Amino acid sequence: MTTFTKKALLSLSALTLAMSASFGALAESVKSVAVTAIVEHPALDSVRDGVLATLNEAGYEEGKNLKWQYQSAQGNTGTAAQIARKFIGDQPDAIVAIATPSAQAAVAGTKRIPIIFSAVTDPVEGQLTPSWEASGTNVTGVSDVLELGKQMELIKQIVPEAKRVGMVYNPGEANSVAVVTALKKILADYNLTLVEAAAPRSVDVGSAARSLVGKVDVIYTNTDNNVVSAYEALVKVGNDMNIPLIASDTDSVKRGAIAALGVNYMDLGKQTGRIVLRILEGENPGDIKPQTSENIQLFVNLSAAEKQGVTLSQELIDSAAEIIR
Amino acid sequence: MSLFSMFGALEIGLIFSLVALGVFISFRLLRFPDLTVDGSFPLGGAVGALCISNGMDPFLATALAAFAGASAGVVTAILNVHLKIMDLLASILMMTALYSINLRIMGKPNIPLIMEPTVFTLLEPSWLIDYIARPVILIVVVLLAKLALDAYFSTRQGLAIRATGSNPRMARSQGINTGAMVILGMAISNGLVGLAGALFAQSQGGADISMGIGTIVIGLAAVIVGESILPSRRLFLLTLAVILGAIVYRFFIALALNSDFIGLQAQDLNLVTAVLVTLALVIPLLKQRFARGKRV
Repeated sequence: MTTFTKKALLSLSALTLAMSASFGALAESVKSVAVTAIVEHPALDSVRDGVLATLNEAGYEEGKNLKWQYQSAQGNTGTAAQIARKFIGDQPDAIVAIATPSAQAAVAGTKRIPIIFSAVTDPVEGQLTPSWEASGTNVTGVSDVLELGKQMELIKQIVPEAKRVGMVYNPGEANSVAVVTALKKILADYNLTLVEAAAPRSVDVGSAARSLVGKVDVIYTNTDNNVVSAYEALVKVGNDMNIPLIASDTDSVKRGAIAALGVNYMDLGKQTGRIVLRILEGENPGDIKPQTSENIQLFVNLSAAEKQGVTLSQELIDSAAEIIR
Repeated sequence: MSLFSMFGALEIGLIFSLVALGVFISFRLLRFPDLTVDGSFPLGGAVGALCISNGMDPFLATALAAFAGASAGVVTAILNVHLKIMDLLASILMMTALYSINLRIMGKPNIPLIMEPTVFTLLEPSWLIDYIARPVILIVVVLLAKLALDAYFSTRQGLAIRATGSNPRMARSQGINTGAMVILGMAISNGLVGLAGALFAQSQGGADISMGIGTIVIGLAAVIVGESILPSRRLFLLTLAVILGAIVYRFFIALALNSDFIGLQAQDLNLVTAVLVTLALVIPLLKQRFARGKRV
């Protein structure tokens, strides 16, 4: 055991040496940004890339005047906690925390290092910030919350005769449950009813969608991680059974949804990046109000509409930011 | 690796050493392959977080969480002992059921505790930095748990549980009620895991429904790593080995997180951890072979 411990200690100290050497080589003016995400999937990865793109545009270049770190917890909250601790220990100039569990772990770990959350639907419910006002603490960020009323109007525009809206989501995801709760409150105003189908794992998305066949006129999905990961399973059911699919993230339109009035996660990342820039330039995160996405776009997919048995009005097509054929 | 990241690894390692002790009791002492852990860990977190966020005293909430974990263990054991469901399947059923039960308990998938009092904020002395204070508090908790387990498993009843695990037929012939012993052992095991879940939620800013994923894997890895770095047959050393195993495992993850300078990327994390753990398991064997080779 002793030799093993010695070896472990030796390799540890060698590592620390190597790391400190690499830090020391960088100049004084180098800014460091550390990004922690709960899991890798297209939308969350786009956020990360958006942040980096903004920093690059502003003249921060990796390896020159920017130390950029990215870690994903690969779905494990224990690892998310440890990533948070590692980043806090590295004392970067800013920590970008993507999705709720990663953000909570970071916020629980430090009251000093600026934390910019992103792709968190409700930062107040998650106790990241006390309110939607400037927090006065070390935390600010960008929420991906969507105005559900507009989503329902979109459904009415695409499927005017729709009465029953199906929704596939993971009951274990905070963001999705928040959307379902909010939907139930407003659906009556639009003369719609909700039919839920649970997909606790991404492999359940297909069977959850099939369980909705015959019970719904349209399937709406939020940015649920499981659903977004397995959106093709939903598309298959939609195409086979002529059920129109309406999504909430524009990426899913490219993958086979008819339309989405949604957050473009690349833009969300860029918006997050602009906050990071303000903080790198010396602004206090406590003075910056948490933001919501400023860029909601409509994407439509004409071939998906045809496959799912819907004709889109010219008016709708004209208002789209991007049309996929 | 920074000091902060090392203390973080120690803190999380200590919390998971309670899980490892629980897994050690079920897998090693009772020989009951128990996957309930994946559900009882978040169950502990859920009960603890719910009670604290409703204003309950954090100590009482933590105790309730341990009790909830123990109840889950009892149900698994009853499924096995009285309803004759195969042990592995009984625990899988319970683990599956607990996912929904935990969602019901929390009412939503995530309960934050960032702004609530926790056992850590209450116990932290003001003169000690919080990231050092938390591991120190946890060392005391884990040592107390270890010593209590050592003492308990040397009593008549404790020995009866161990006998049930090593040879149930013999134990029965000695007049031991093996069914009751399995239930008791599983209660202790999952009680520890529930306690760990509650402490994890309090140290990490909240309970999340996904916090149970992979708990059993980490617990088992800790037990096996511990056994390989400190092989022993004495219970006193075995429990110590299990605790060390959990901490070493966390240090491996911390190391893997710091491996970016050799060109490894975020998605390699789990692979690096697996390789490091494999090394830890293989090194004693290699050492042995090497020593034997020299003698010849």
